[in-house]
Parts: sequence; structure tokens; C-alpha cells
Amino acid sequence: MNFMGYRRSDGRVGTRNYVGILSTVVCANEVARGIATQVKGAVAFSHQQGCCQTPPDLERVTKALIGLGTNPNLAAVLLVSLGCEGTDVQRVAQAIAATGKPVQIIGIQDEGGGAKTTAKGVLMAQQMAVEASRLKREECSTADLVVGLKCGSSDTTQGLSANPALGVTVERLVAEGGTAIMGEVTEFIGGEHLLAKQCKNEAVAKKMLFFVDRMEQRAKATGADMRGGQPTPGNIKGGLTTIEEKSLGAIAKAGSAIVQDAYEYGECPQVKGLVVMDSPGREPELLTGMAAAGANVIVFTTGRGAPQGFPFVPVIKVTGNEKTWEHLRDHMDMSVHGVMDGDESLVQAGSRIYEKVLETASGVETKAEISGYAQAMDIYVTGPVI
Amino acid sequence: MRRHALAIKKEDNVATAIRDIAAGEAAVVGIDDDTLAIPVGQAIVLGHKLAVRLIKKGEDILKYGTVIGRATQDIQPGEHVHVHNVESTRGRGDLA
Repeated sequence: MNFMGYRRSDGRVGTRNYVGILSTVVCANEVARGIATQVKGAVAFSHQQGCCQTPPDLERVTKALIGLGTNPNLAAVLLVSLGCEGTDVQRVAQAIAATGKPVQIIGIQDEGGGAKTTAKGVLMAQQMAVEASRLKREECSTADLVVGLKCGSSDTTQGLSANPALGVTVERLVAEGGTAIMGEVTEFIGGEHLLAKQCKNEAVAKKMLFFVDRMEQRAKATGADMRGGQPTPGNIKGGLTTIEEKSLGAIAKAGSAIVQDAYEYGECPQVKGLVVMDSPGREPELLTGMAAAGANVIVFTTGRGAPQGFPFVPVIKVTGNEKTWEHLRDHMDMSVHGVMDGDESLVQAGSRIYEKVLETASGVETKAEISGYAQAMDIYVTGPVI
Repeated sequence: MRRHALAIKKEDNVATAIRDIAAGEAAVVGIDDDTLAIPVGQAIVLGHKLAVRLIKKGEDILKYGTVIGRATQDIQPGEHVHVHNVESTRGRGDLA
């Protein structure tokens, strides 16, 4: 199966064609947003990081911005810097330029304040938008799809319908040569012994189990019971009792696909097929990690109805809860609730999700894109703000 | 007959409600390929779980044929199974 995408000079394929206005530090967010709102075809990515953090976290922020800037859904990138941040802005720009993508830096302290930077940045972004608009979609193969997997605002319907249906989609995607990234390592806890059996070999299983153990130790180190945080109060209201139960439903998203490798947060997979990526379950950090890893589409299953999308990667919302489908139509793209009643088979539901992925990859917009519900993003860090 | 709840594996001791079940109703529970009628004492909301047999205090709760926690008290067939009578055994910094 094929779809219509934008082939970039590094060989990767975009499903969107935006000019990305990336803030390099929390203090530059206002200007990045100010520029993006004045340029059609431009989108801003803002976050809360990039300054007064430990070196490992600053390295994560730099790497995440490289990942985001090189994501094929961006035709060009304008980096908006304050000028005194800990993020290595030059390195971000060089890495993006190395893929053949136009990239420029603008600094608020250099330009003489937010107003001047916004005005100059708008002109720079306008020119980038003109060049981006020359690019045309062409026929691409499903092997060019990198699909991020996410479940959120979960209830128990997901483990019975939307997640195993997405698992069918993933099985088909990887059989056709595509890539799928599963994150949310917190939600492997209790199901990791089953996921380990799906790993390609012992080395991959070991890497995945290391991520799970590290996440659990991090939670335990607080000295508190993880419950209340995971599962969330909303999960509990939806009927999910323990993290173990949540996890077993969550890993159903992988179907029976083989886990080819495991990567750190925001790392770009070097293999095709299903891979695991270290990340927490919360939306802003998870969605950003997927985009940084190069996802060009994200499929997000939700029982109770999570509204968030991402600024430049389409996020398809799939629910298996009939009440949520009726009640939150402005956030849901499709429903597979028929699976629980036996009105639709998992294979049929999985095929429908697959078709939705191809249609979205070719340009059909998602509810999160149309509503612009995609601004509150962040980069996952593990150390203190100092 | 429309099922009210589903147990995924034969060994599961809980089933998940796929529609709201009213108090006093005999819930039609699908277990693998069989169905079983289990009277429920209290209303069970879509997505919540009920016991399909007696679960003793300290016994594992099984869903998807896998342990999802343990019972903190005896749970009768048809009773609501949730955070009030089940505890997780993972990520418990308070037990360390």
C-alpha cells in the first residue's frame, strides 16, 4: 500500500510540510509562538527546558531539538534562541543542516528584544514558507511510514478493543516494511515478561527490561506508592485498578510484532519494524519523544478521551469506548467500539485504523490538527531544575 | 443474548463490564467461548470489573491470564473488583 508524502533530501518522508519555529529554551517560547502565528504554514514548538539543568538533561534537550528539527514533517526550521541558554544551539543547527534542510537561528538578546526578533523572524519564516510551498507530494511506500504508538486517558475498554485493534494495524505495517515506535515504558510494568518474549533476541529484551527497571526504581525512589500517579485518578475511575492491569492493555498495541530494538528517549530508530523507546506515559513528553525519533504519524488510542495532538505530526485519536465516541466527537477521529460487542472483528478494526493512517499520511487532517489542540508540549528530563 | 462483561482467558477470576450493569441484574459474562450468568449485588459501570468466582484475601487477581494485583479481602462472585479490594504489587516505594 502507498501514500502521498513529501520526500526529503535525507531520504525520509514527511506527511506534512511545515516551517518549524523551534524554541531552544523556555525563555524564547513567546517569540517562537509570535512568529508562527503570523506565518501561514509555520508551526511553533515550545517547551519548558534548556536552562539551569544538569549536563545530562541539557544534552537530552539538545538531542531532542535535533530530532525534532530533522523530523521529515518539517520542510525548514527557524531556531529561536534567547542567547544565554544551556542548549547547544549551534550543534542543533549544524545537525539539521547536515540533513540538507534549510535552517536558521535568530537570537532575542542579539536582535535587541522580543519585538525586533519577532519582526525579523516573521520575514525569515515567510521566505522559508514560500520555498516549502514549492514542494509537492509524491507517491511513497508504507516502508516510509514511522508510526508512533500512544495510549492515554485510558480505561479498560482499551485493552479489549482499541489497543488490540491497533496491534493488528502494527502487525500489518511492519509486515509491509514500515516502522512503529512504542514508548510509555511505565506502562510495561507488570507486562514486561510478556513483552520480553516478543523481543528479537535476548540483548533487545535486556535493553527493554533495563528501561522498565530504571523507570520503576525512579518511581520507588520517591518513597511513595506509585498508585494515584500511575494509574491516574482518571484511569481508576475508568475501571483500571493497578499499573499491571494498565500495562497489559497498553502492550496490546504492539500486537504480535517482534521488537527489533530498544532506544533511549527521542533516538531515531536505525532499523525497520517495531521498536521500543524509553519514555514516560505523559502526553507532552511522549508525543515530543515520538516526533524527535522521526515519527511522521502518531496513533493515539484513548478510552476516556484525551484531546492532545502535536504541533507538526498528525495524531489520530482512536477510541473503543462508545460513550466517549458519542460524547467527545470533536477530539475523536474514529471508534472501534464494535469490537467489544462482537459487531466488528479485531482484524476489520485494525484494517480501518491502517486505512486511516494512510489517508492521514496523505494529508487528511486530524481533529487535533483542525482544533489546534497541540501546544502544551515538553521534553522529558529526569534531573532537577537547579 | 448481549453479553454484559468479558473475561479474556479461562483462568481469569475477573471479567470487565462492556456495558453498564444495574444492581440486582444477572450479568451475562463471556468467558472464553462460554457464557455464565452471575448475579451482581451492586451496579457495575462500563469498564469496571466483577469477580467471576470467589477470590480469597491474598489471592492473585487474574486478567488476560496474567496477575494484575492481589485481593486485600475476600471477594464474592459478582462483586465489584477495584482499588477498594485489590492492591498493586509493583512500583511500591511504600513497601520498600
